[in-house]
Amino acid sequence: MFKMTPNILRNLITDKATRLYPFETREPWTGVRGELGIDIEKCTFCGICALKCPTGCLSVNKKEGLWICDPFVCVYCGVCVESCPKKCLYQDLVYREAADEHGKIVMKGEPPRRKKEAET
Amino acid sequence: MKAQSLFVNMDQLLGEAAKLQVEGYRYVALTAVEIDGQTVELIYHFDLNLGMRHLRLSVQKGTRVPSITPVYLAAFLAENEIQDLFGVVFSGLAVDFKGTLYTENEMRGRVPFCRYTVVGSEKGEAAGQGDNSREDSSGEAS
Amino acid sequence: MKSTVIPIGPQHPVLPEPVHLKLTVVDEVITDVVPSLGFVHRGLEMLVDSRDYHQVVQIVERVCGICSMMHAMCYCQGIEEMMGIEAPPRAKYLRVIWSELHRMHSHLLWLGLFADSFGFESLFMQFWRIREKVLDIHEATTGNRVIVSVNKIGGVGKDLDDDQIEWILSELKNIKREVRRLGPTLLDDYTVKKRTVGRGVLTSQQAIDLGTVGPTLRASGVARDMRQLGYAALGELDFEPVIEEAGDSWARCKVRFKEVLASIDMIRQAAGKIPAGDIAVRVKGAPPEGEAISRVEQPRGEVFYYIKSKGQKKLERLRIRTPTFANLPALLSILPGLYLSDVPVVVLSIDPCISCTER
Ligand code: SF4
Ligand code: SF4
Repeated sequence: MFKMTPNILRNLITDKATRLYPFETREPWTGVRGELGIDIEKCTFCGICALKCPTGCLSVNKKEGLWICDPFVCVYCGVCVESCPKKCLYQDLVYREAADEHGKIVMKGEPPRRKKEAET
Repeated sequence: MKAQSLFVNMDQLLGEAAKLQVEGYRYVALTAVEIDGQTVELIYHFDLNLGMRHLRLSVQKGTRVPSITPVYLAAFLAENEIQDLFGVVFSGLAVDFKGTLYTENEMRGRVPFCRYTVVGSEKGEAAGQGDNSREDSSGEAS
Repeated sequence: MKSTVIPIGPQHPVLPEPVHLKLTVVDEVITDVVPSLGFVHRGLEMLVDSRDYHQVVQIVERVCGICSMMHAMCYCQGIEEMMGIEAPPRAKYLRVIWSELHRMHSHLLWLGLFADSFGFESLFMQFWRIREKVLDIHEATTGNRVIVSVNKIGGVGKDLDDDQIEWILSELKNIKREVRRLGPTLLDDYTVKKRTVGRGVLTSQQAIDLGTVGPTLRASGVARDMRQLGYAALGELDFEPVIEEAGDSWARCKVRFKEVLASIDMIRQAAGKIPAGDIAVRVKGAPPEGEAISRVEQPRGEVFYYIKSKGQKKLERLRIRTPTFANLPALLSILPGLYLSDVPVVVLSIDPCISCTER
């Protein structure tokens, strides 16, 4: 009892150890690897991100200027962000929310002009 | 790694393993590497005071390999694993799962971890090889 | 007396992972155990066929959900050895810091689960609360909570600045205080001792013969720790393996508890000595033809990587022997003779990580 009393008193006056999630959320840390996003204007559709991604969830279509990501396969490793030569990929500080539908993220941008002329 | 390796044949394997045990070596791991369509190399790794020794044994597919579990009991899981995934059959295993440690009965005779027999360049031979090993291990079960 | 067969698992309230044990029981006493594995076999070793050797780093991280960082470190060290490159000193120290943080979070997780296995729920929550702080450090410094993805071939991918190191050290001080506070509850409590002392005894000779590794081996009085190899920057730090003599569940618990404190100490040392400089070297080309072996001490024991390359971007063979794979034979040999009610405690005392066993 002697040992317990200070403990009880302390617990009475201190805060809760838990947070009232989801009403209260913690600020995300800086540098968290959250959801993957792209600055499609800057992208040159070089395809390096798709090549380096270990899960193979990215695909890049140079002709039509499409950058496609399957967020359900992505493991948030950040390899693509590091390897993009244009630095147009970034990761948000928050994670994707749970989804009830399976879908891909398709981003359409301008395919690089010069390359296109060379191809035609 | 080459320097600490000792190439053995099947008759010497148990003797060499017993020698290592007397010296106080601890069993670390057993690796199977498929060399080509015909051969699998088994590498037994041992450790004593952070120094490693390896016994290397080349196995023709379809032959039975003596198990080292009489000397190093701890090897039984690894040997069962190789039996499941590479189709190498061990004789004298202390605990023999008969190919059901990782895989199920329907998988009997397939060798999921062999690259040359499943997706070999010579397709016809590869299929033949797969058939062989299937017969081998189904004979084993009966 | 007639014997009964009682199956435990693969889904069982106290087993964190899917392993199935078929226990033959006479009265209350276990006489025989047959395990069955393979519920989560993923064949990760064979993925080296379809990915180049840089991408395998992310694959081996997913071998184990708890000690991911050490798998990647072990693999990177093996490849670095093959290619004859050396990670810069700063990268080596960072690897030590993150790997010791990983050991802490894994041990705290285990201490919680262990408390849960004999029904001590509040202790379980206390340990996991402390663990959350370690995970916060992970998240703030690397970006991910558990699978930290900081290793790459030739170094590490993230750096710590001075403020972050300062912050880590101050957090560690708090963590140390809180872990210390829980120590007596876990180690001196009458009820806990009643459930763990003398259960599942492994003598040192048995432990060596059965090929056990890690805390299971050290709790039997064998001072064998792969950190003695001095990989990464460990050669430059003071390090003594934690050993206990008794070899029972309680000793294994105590080893892990002390290792949490030892890890804090090692992070302190590493943070004090960390040199400035690059964190990675550029890696070109493919690993040359040949083989390499790499060993690292994980929270559960020694992990063993065998890497074989034929000089191409894709490796020829990758073999991973995880610590639980080596500890399972010992578990099977200590269970017979115990009471059925001891099974959860003794199974957990070797810290089984079945998913990484099956890769
Ligand atoms: S996102 Fe970056 S790496 Fe990927 S295609 Fe665009 S420019 Fe290339
Ligand atoms: S974060 Fe990793 S898994 Fe996700 S797209 Fe980028 S490289 Fe691929």
